[in-house]
Amino acid sequence: MQKVFTRPKGLTELPFHYCPGCTHGIIHRLIGEVLDELNIIEDTIGVAPVGCAGFSLDFFSCDFVGAAHGRAQAVATGIKRALPDKLVFTYQGDGDISAIGTSHAIHVAARSEKITSIMVNNAVFGMTGGQMAPTTLSGQVTTTSPYGRDSAAFGNPIDLPKIIATMDGAAYVAAVSADSPKNIIAAKKAIKKAFQVQQLGLGFAFVSVLSTCPTNWGLSPVESIKWLQQNMLPIYQMGELKVNKEVEAI
Amino acid sequence: MAKVTVFHEYCKSCGLCIAICPNKVLEIGDKANQKGYYTVRTNDESKCTGCSLCGIMCPDLALEISK
Amino acid sequence: MDKVLIKGNEAIAEAAIRSGCKLFFGYPITPSTEIMEYLSKNMPKAGGTILQGEDEVASINMCYGAAATGARVMTASSSPGFSLKQEGLSYIAAAELPVVVVNVNRSGPGLGGLGPAQSDYFQCTKGGGHGDYRLIVLAPSKGQEMYDFTMQAFDLADKYRNPVLILADGFLGQMMEPIELKERPAVNLPAKDWVTNGCRGRNKRKIASYALTNEIGEANCMYWQTKYKQIKEEEQRWESYQADDAEYLLVGYGTCGRIAKSVVINARKHGIKLGLIRPISLWPFPENAFKRHISTVKGIVAIELNAGQMVEDIRLAVNCKIPVELYNRQGGMLPTETEIFQYVSQVFNLKLPEEG
Repeated sequence: MQKVFTRPKGLTELPFHYCPGCTHGIIHRLIGEVLDELNIIEDTIGVAPVGCAGFSLDFFSCDFVGAAHGRAQAVATGIKRALPDKLVFTYQGDGDISAIGTSHAIHVAARSEKITSIMVNNAVFGMTGGQMAPTTLSGQVTTTSPYGRDSAAFGNPIDLPKIIATMDGAAYVAAVSADSPKNIIAAKKAIKKAFQVQQLGLGFAFVSVLSTCPTNWGLSPVESIKWLQQNMLPIYQMGELKVNKEVEAI
Repeated sequence: MAKVTVFHEYCKSCGLCIAICPNKVLEIGDKANQKGYYTVRTNDESKCTGCSLCGIMCPDLALEISK
Repeated sequence: MDKVLIKGNEAIAEAAIRSGCKLFFGYPITPSTEIMEYLSKNMPKAGGTILQGEDEVASINMCYGAAATGARVMTASSSPGFSLKQEGLSYIAAAELPVVVVNVNRSGPGLGGLGPAQSDYFQCTKGGGHGDYRLIVLAPSKGQEMYDFTMQAFDLADKYRNPVLILADGFLGQMMEPIELKERPAVNLPAKDWVTNGCRGRNKRKIASYALTNEIGEANCMYWQTKYKQIKEEEQRWESYQADDAEYLLVGYGTCGRIAKSVVINARKHGIKLGLIRPISLWPFPENAFKRHISTVKGIVAIELNAGQMVEDIRLAVNCKIPVELYNRQGGMLPTETEIFQYVSQVFNLKLPEEG
């Protein structure tokens, strides 16, 4: 018998600290597999956010730098400008990139910074206990929207990949989800492409992955998957939102 | 022939693998690991086709599939 | 060696290039902008990269990233922009990354004005950002020092794996003086065996500043304090001007140190034994400069462009054993030699020989 599914070399052996059922683990694995398959582990530097994945530095086999909240893309810019031949990626929660980090999200796309950014969207600030985030759904109960997000007062969820896809400097933008095997396989394809875009120096690549947060949603892991499918998938534009001409050839 | 190996110290009993397995090969066992999770085990390995859907859904790399 | 007539800001920029700085991340803010403009023209010619970030926060974090790869990197700003960089500086200090920062102090608080000030002294020397960290702070008082101290800053940053700040002011930044463009001195620096530049041929590394337990937190803090203690012991810098036999001392840095020299010369003409201690390192504060004067000096006047900040460190340095008075101007105004001299005479009741 041969192993057909096993831990990729892009991940270390350390068990993840994430909550049971949290899809961070799935997305970490996809990145680990991509680093492995593209043979880029040793040439990659990752930038970790502030958030549940703030300790992810130990889970990946490549060099990693921790950034201040929201600043991963600025840190990544510094690394990439210093080492243009290396591959640099950011791994950020939705709170990190679409609240405090939004100016950098826009400007790395504007400059077509040759980095790859992965956003993990679970509609809350997870690490700090489940507060409302710019991606929280209308009516969604969180610790800072205890009566449900009131759209009249606090707006509707922001669709960051859709915004970034409107920018000339974004070479590749994809909105994917980690809720089902079919979508996870598509997510991996998108993440792989996002790294290949950087390998070819084609510009800024951004993948947003819808993700669950069982603990802060107050649901079991299996129920969380269903909640994502019923509430998040319908409101976001999914799929490859921007594919530059040169990226099509990948 | 196919087989799923459970790495018990990584399993957090989240149940995503059980929910996705088309042949009901997996179930929550009655042994707790060091962290106190009642980890997953196979109940009928003969039904495993090696489709790896369980591995794909597992957030903790607690499952290894061989064919 | 040739001398060129350039602005203080430009001297800083040229020194950075000649120090092997290959990356600059900045944002325009008066009166520091010439640094970035000069580098925009000349950094690419020297094979480097200059990037104007979307704001001051972006640029300090870009410095963090570039420094993590082992590159020499700099940013420059002025007071309100320097305020924005505080979180980034706290992270850089905690991650022990070598970064050179320039603050061309202008008057504040708030939007303030563009004139020279020293109102950021506390912010620069006592932390500014959160936590118990320190920047090494060098205070030039003339164009040549804007150049020389920038070169030293890169070496100090690498030697101690710490951010280093050049604290200038709006006057020094704009003033044009003849500058000798000295060669970069050869210095023995520790190997950068901690950089995250891709783990080819070695184990993976990480650069982070979190502490998962309070025990680790305390251990980290104590480690950093050990480093700062070493810097305090080895890097205090000052200029002593006519201080050997002084009965009274002026203490002033930057532009004030410069004006103070004229006051000393004038006072000596009047038979007053006045001297100057001009701090060059503001952190570590040159406490050692005061030791030999504690039992002989009768009074000290601090000259500052703020509401009185460094004056506190002087009082601590002399253990409050000598009266330390303050002559200060604010809001961008500079004192004249005459008004300083009048104040010194008056506050210490000095009878000038003609009057005697």
